[in-house]
Amino acid sequence: MDKNNKLIRKERIDRGIFVRSADIFALSSWQEMTYLLLPRAIPFALLLLLPLVLELSGNSYWAKVVVVFAILGMMAMSWDLLRMAGMFSLGQALFFGLGSYISAALNHYFHWPIYLTIPAGAIGGALLGTAFLMGTLKLRGIYFAMVTLAFPMLVIRVIQATNFLGGTEGVSATAFPNFWVAAYVSIAALIICFFSFRRMMSSDWGLVARAIGQDDIAVTASGINVFWRKVQVLFIASGAAAFAGTLMTHLLMYAGLSSFSLEYSILPVASVVIGGSGNFAGALLGSTILTFATEALRDLGPLRIALYSLLMVVFALAIREGIFPYIERRYRQFERKVDVI
Amino acid sequence: MAGLLIFGLAKSMELALVAIGFSFVFGISGIANFAYGAFYLLGGFLAYILLNSLGLPYWMSAIGSILMLFVIGALMYRFAVQRIRGAILSEVIVTMGLGIFITEMLRASGFIGHNRYLPAFIPGYVEIAGIGIENQRLMIILIGMLLFLILWAVTRYTRIGLAFRAMSQDELTALSIGLNNNYLALLSMGIGAVLAVIAALCIIPQGFLTVDGAYDVLIYALAVGVLGGLGSTTGIIIGAFIIGYAQTATATLFSSQWVMVVTFLAIVLVLFIKPSGIFGKQKELEEKV
Repeated sequence: MDKNNKLIRKERIDRGIFVRSADIFALSSWQEMTYLLLPRAIPFALLLLLPLVLELSGNSYWAKVVVVFAILGMMAMSWDLLRMAGMFSLGQALFFGLGSYISAALNHYFHWPIYLTIPAGAIGGALLGTAFLMGTLKLRGIYFAMVTLAFPMLVIRVIQATNFLGGTEGVSATAFPNFWVAAYVSIAALIICFFSFRRMMSSDWGLVARAIGQDDIAVTASGINVFWRKVQVLFIASGAAAFAGTLMTHLLMYAGLSSFSLEYSILPVASVVIGGSGNFAGALLGSTILTFATEALRDLGPLRIALYSLLMVVFALAIREGIFPYIERRYRQFERKVDVI
Repeated sequence: MAGLLIFGLAKSMELALVAIGFSFVFGISGIANFAYGAFYLLGGFLAYILLNSLGLPYWMSAIGSILMLFVIGALMYRFAVQRIRGAILSEVIVTMGLGIFITEMLRASGFIGHNRYLPAFIPGYVEIAGIGIENQRLMIILIGMLLFLILWAVTRYTRIGLAFRAMSQDELTALSIGLNNNYLALLSMGIGAVLAVIAALCIIPQGFLTVDGAYDVLIYALAVGVLGGLGSTTGIIIGAFIIGYAQTATATLFSSQWVMVVTFLAIVLVLFIKPSGIFGKQKELEEKV
């Protein structure tokens, strides 16, 4: 048959097991229960076990990488949360750095213990970050991105110029009591963040937040105070990012200007763009890929950030949905080619 | 006091030169070109290469780098931004990503650093009212004024300038009367890149060709834009004068370490009082409804 005359299209059909396991009958067979449970349980089981296995088998370097992953994953999720409510942040490093510096300063100058500096840093970072950016929330679109991009860089210049908080040398902080606390506090925080963000965004409150991201005029017309809702989302997201910052401070025993660096602003964006946005799982997948890419490419030094940005551009231009939605679709549906009638 | 006036003027013009290219593209096509700092650095870098590696005379290398950057800006629009035009998030990611890519590749190339610099247009300095002022600063004031005059004339009295203004007012209406929005946006990206090179050629001779310079330029372009109002040339000039004179005054009257604090406070203050900037056209949420 002449190939050119035949029109073919792709047809996507839900897998039988996906359809069957969509309701209560999933409980009737082990196959369906594992179909539902495994993809959800395996990543978290791995996350909980990895530090244990790695540390006990003597790979303490890689065990630390898992902690860094948890920190980056939280940053990526907080970025995704902001994006859902229509705030495109290019300065996640602002929140990260604020949290980092507040906890280090309280620890270093006032000798607060670590279990107080971490929450204080998270809340303080969220309050300050929200206060700095509150004005821009009245504007829509790209304005938020511009201001958030400029803010962390300005803060770096201010600290450099005034020698405030240690200037270019930074502030030292005490370490976590031992590795297990560091690992399991960060992993617990990551898991709590993941599930609470997901729950939050599927509640009514989250529905409004997502609606603001899509059409703020419609939300205003429904009699909802868009500005105030945006403040709430910003507070929660910056709190998560500042919390990540405090963890990093105590992990590295140091808060410095590098906390405000562009790398911490770009990594969350790249994670979400690569992993796919919308349900936070993509953010985590993206940050997994980037964390391990970072370790693998350690020799490249500053060129790493060039590679992330290139990868980000490629994904934004060519593979727009990201990796996770693709995997999710293949897991639920199969594709076949059919003739166009 | 005379020194404060003249140095403040030069500083303000410098900031206005830096900010105008960013604001020009944003005002016309609505694209926030976060690769602006990279264009600035790339322009300076190409001029340096043409001047020192190929041994061309300075004026030729300056024109060469301007032309190349026009092409690069246009290509970036055609092959990257145009594909995702209108999707704000993707636009931000693409321009930002390409900007960082260019900047970091230049950092890795090893051609950037404190021993690389561009020559002044006219070396030396003149004395005005007993104060020595480098010729380069005077040239910045001159070029800045000339550039704003040209931009003003072009956007008011030429067909292409009127088309630009139509685009900036309402892109859909401009489309409906037969203006090619992609061509105009491409042109605006190219011109934006050229403005970045002009700023680079003016400013780099005062210092060095450094990677931090690229990020500084982006910050200052954003700061002036946020303060004065993006997309409005009057706003850019006013914003540049406020920051320029505030910085010069703090540096001479207090000490230079407070310069960035003043800039930072100015921006925070303006964001609280009038988030769209002093002359901003960016509408606030309530106004749109």
